[in-house]
Amino acid sequence: MEWEVVIGLEVHAQLNTATKIFCACPTVFGAAPNTQTCPVCLALPGALPVLNAAAVDKAIALGLAVNARINRRSVFARKNYFYPDLPKGYQISQYELPIVGQGQLTIALADGREKVVGITRAHLEEDAGKSLHEAFPGQTGIDLNRAGTPLLEIVSEPDMRSPAEAVAYLKKLHALVRYLDICDGNMQEGSFRCDANVSLRRPGAPFGTRAEVKNLNSFRFLEKAIEYEMERQRDILESGGKIIQETRLFDANKGETRSMRSKEEANDYRYFPDPDLLPLVFDEARIASVRASLPELPDAKRDRFMQQYGLPAYDAGVLTASRAVADYYETVAMGVDAKMAANWVMGDLLGALNKAGLEMESCPVAAEKLRTLLQRIGDQTISGKIAKDLFEMIFAEGGEVDAIIASRGLRQITDSGAIAGLIDEIIGANPQQVADYRGGRDKLLAFFVGQVMKASKGKANPDQVNALLREKLKA
Amino acid sequence: MDLSEASLRELRDALRSRRVSAQELTRFYLDRVAAHNPALNAFITVTEAAALAAAAAADGRLAAGEEGALLGIPMAHKDIFCTAGVRTTCASRMLERFTAPYNATVVECLQAAGMVMLGKLNMDEFAMGSSNETSHFGAVHNPWDLQRVPGGSSGGSAAAVAARLVPAATGTDTGGSIRQPAALCGVTGIKPTYGRVSRYGMIAFASSLDQGGPLAKTAEDCALLLEAMVGHDPRDATSHPEAAGVFAATLDAPLQGLRVGVPEEFFGAGLDPEVAAAVEAGIRVLAAQGAVIKSIHLPNNAHAVSTYYVLAPAEASSNLARFDGVRYTYRAAGVEDLTDLYQRSRYEGFGAEVRRRILIGTYVLSAGYYDAYYLKAQQVRSLIREDFRQAFADVDVIVGPTTPTAAFALGDKAQDPVAMYLADIYTIAVNLAGIPAMSIPCGFTAGGLPIGMQLMGNYFTDGLLLNVAHRFQQETDWHRQRPALASAKE
Repeated sequence: MEWEVVIGLEVHAQLNTATKIFCACPTVFGAAPNTQTCPVCLALPGALPVLNAAAVDKAIALGLAVNARINRRSVFARKNYFYPDLPKGYQISQYELPIVGQGQLTIALADGREKVVGITRAHLEEDAGKSLHEAFPGQTGIDLNRAGTPLLEIVSEPDMRSPAEAVAYLKKLHALVRYLDICDGNMQEGSFRCDANVSLRRPGAPFGTRAEVKNLNSFRFLEKAIEYEMERQRDILESGGKIIQETRLFDANKGETRSMRSKEEANDYRYFPDPDLLPLVFDEARIASVRASLPELPDAKRDRFMQQYGLPAYDAGVLTASRAVADYYETVAMGVDAKMAANWVMGDLLGALNKAGLEMESCPVAAEKLRTLLQRIGDQTISGKIAKDLFEMIFAEGGEVDAIIASRGLRQITDSGAIAGLIDEIIGANPQQVADYRGGRDKLLAFFVGQVMKASKGKANPDQVNALLREKLKA
Repeated sequence: MDLSEASLRELRDALRSRRVSAQELTRFYLDRVAAHNPALNAFITVTEAAALAAAAAADGRLAAGEEGALLGIPMAHKDIFCTAGVRTTCASRMLERFTAPYNATVVECLQAAGMVMLGKLNMDEFAMGSSNETSHFGAVHNPWDLQRVPGGSSGGSAAAVAARLVPAATGTDTGGSIRQPAALCGVTGIKPTYGRVSRYGMIAFASSLDQGGPLAKTAEDCALLLEAMVGHDPRDATSHPEAAGVFAATLDAPLQGLRVGVPEEFFGAGLDPEVAAAVEAGIRVLAAQGAVIKSIHLPNNAHAVSTYYVLAPAEASSNLARFDGVRYTYRAAGVEDLTDLYQRSRYEGFGAEVRRRILIGTYVLSAGYYDAYYLKAQQVRSLIREDFRQAFADVDVIVGPTTPTAAFALGDKAQDPVAMYLADIYTIAVNLAGIPAMSIPCGFTAGGLPIGMQLMGNYFTDGLLLNVAHRFQQETDWHRQRPALASAKE
């Protein structure tokens, strides 16, 4: 009998506020250790937290984007545990009353169907610092620059049934936080990371015991970790064993998970409301103002792309998967054929970015440049074939479209006299093929077109070449 | 002019008219500290050089014509307030070598007003205690009887004011820590409405209960000090937006028609008859000025101590987690691993009473006990708040004893924590409710120990309490009595 995997994700999105959640220290990544700290985030005696309103607005934005209930009153709680990079000995989080209640996110499945994944809650909390083990043999260094960075923990329902669904959910959420501009989405730096709760069951049976895999910071690791867990748990269950509820760590090098601590060893966090912070209470006006500032969200944008640009659902989905790609596309499509723009952005551009390992944010070809390139195809200045070469050139080396066309002599040959001359040369050089064509081998036209294009170094206008060739070969 | 008996207003006048300079005044009090502190142990740190420099600066401001009410007047801070560049210990081995890099808001406020800090005052370790015996730096002695406790936790503050080592001091009050030592040392002290005085830089014991306030010889002095201490502080999220207030201007308002509630529950078993008699006489002083005395009930006061000893330790267990041996605190030597570092640093760095409260607090927040203890205590806290709400529908102030007895002997209750906790039986409910309250001298025992009377008011009636206390002090001279030690010739 089959096993069904049940997956729920807890996603930690680092909110891209300028300052920390409870003090005015900057949140910039990569500064020298402990240079972005103050009495509050160092937890000096007597220092007190004051909530950053920008973090609250970003949490509300996420809540609105996933159609969630926004709790008009939420409470900060202390999660108590000792760790050297947790300077207060507790993390300020939200426990019983989070800022965002139940919501949902719709994901597209590989077969084209859609699935609604429930969101249980999302709550605000502060990040801890970092323990540095490498630089200090036998000792541990503590860097508290990250301590107090705002996080939004977004908890899903155990609604996903395959690694692919989990990845689709995480990608959709990743796109969403970047659309909302609440998180930079940088997974390598840990700005967007997730824990996966994974269990197996027989279809229709109650949920099995789950293992929680911690700190997955790439889509691929998420997929690998779930796949590994499925195999591990299936082996245990099929050999008559029992799954232990535990926290596991994914080892990216080995592609496997290993036990961190069991439920029995888990901390008793002794949550209680933080008496240093009043309950977070806001009115409808606050929510309305966040709602008014929300950007167009992915699903709405996809529908608009289909309507406004006449794109198929697939194209519209790809182009709206990230806000940066969508914005790029819309700039390119301004004044050129929408479908051609879509093909170029989805094919040539995303392909080149992917090959170069670049994100859209660091794309070397500005959207305006690609638009100019497509306009030069449209106005017959260059051929499609030349355009591809030109694009690769600009992607790799930069430069302006029109300047390169001029300096490299890429302008299409549209002078029919010049084309006729080339054709005459080719006809003269290939008497046998001419005879065969005239004898009925129509397919040889392609041969002649190819030869003429080659002789023109690709610059002859292909339509004109075709027309003139037919005419001349008729004789 | 006897500088040690002068009120803040008199000192201000003397400074303004150049009868005395801030430097002379500071020297005068530093000499008193040098003479009497060895017997009292009220100071943990004396900052003589910095004090003289601050006094010189104040003299400069006075010479420039500045007219602040507190400009150039010496004072000392309870060692729970962070002072930039000056050791801040909270009377704990844990912070024995901790120098704060910043000032508490209260310290900033009084510094800006031009007060001259003479040093840091002894207290119960992390403000946990009612006798000042839990200090890592040794107990403070009551100036009225050196064999007795000064009360706690602001014992150093009360003793220093009583012995005239400073004209004024700051304290903090989590369950009576300003009022109880004020009563036991015969001085005046006020715990303001929660949220009026910023807690920023005041080392937290129990965040929802802690409140800073002044101790001085008179209500008038307290009013002037409190005016400089209150105000909204954006660095403290529990600071009230309308925390500021003016208190000195209304001190003389008549008490005619003032409705005074006397809670029957405060005069039951456990109250020393001498204390009861003195407080009852005090109430008659108010009645003689036209106050209407009413008997009232605070039925849930009986649960205040047990409620407090769930909630305060719960918050403390978390607040004190930052003292972990990792960064600026005491760290045990030769630790084996991280767990050993935590356990030994905290065992060695904290005293027995602090460890006891951390254990209680950790226990009541633990899974399986949270509902029975912490949550239940929060519910009782609501009932206590409701008691006061109902009472203040009928009366303007509530009056009763501050403590069940006068100062007890050093060592008397040190081995019996519950007996010690009961010393705060009349003061704790006020903190649970967050209302303002003060203690004023109202008599002496036959043995010559001071007795305190407590005034409690509704939220933001700090000014009314100071007014009632001031009028009381116009009719009485209990607050003018000084211990023999303080009168002794230097």
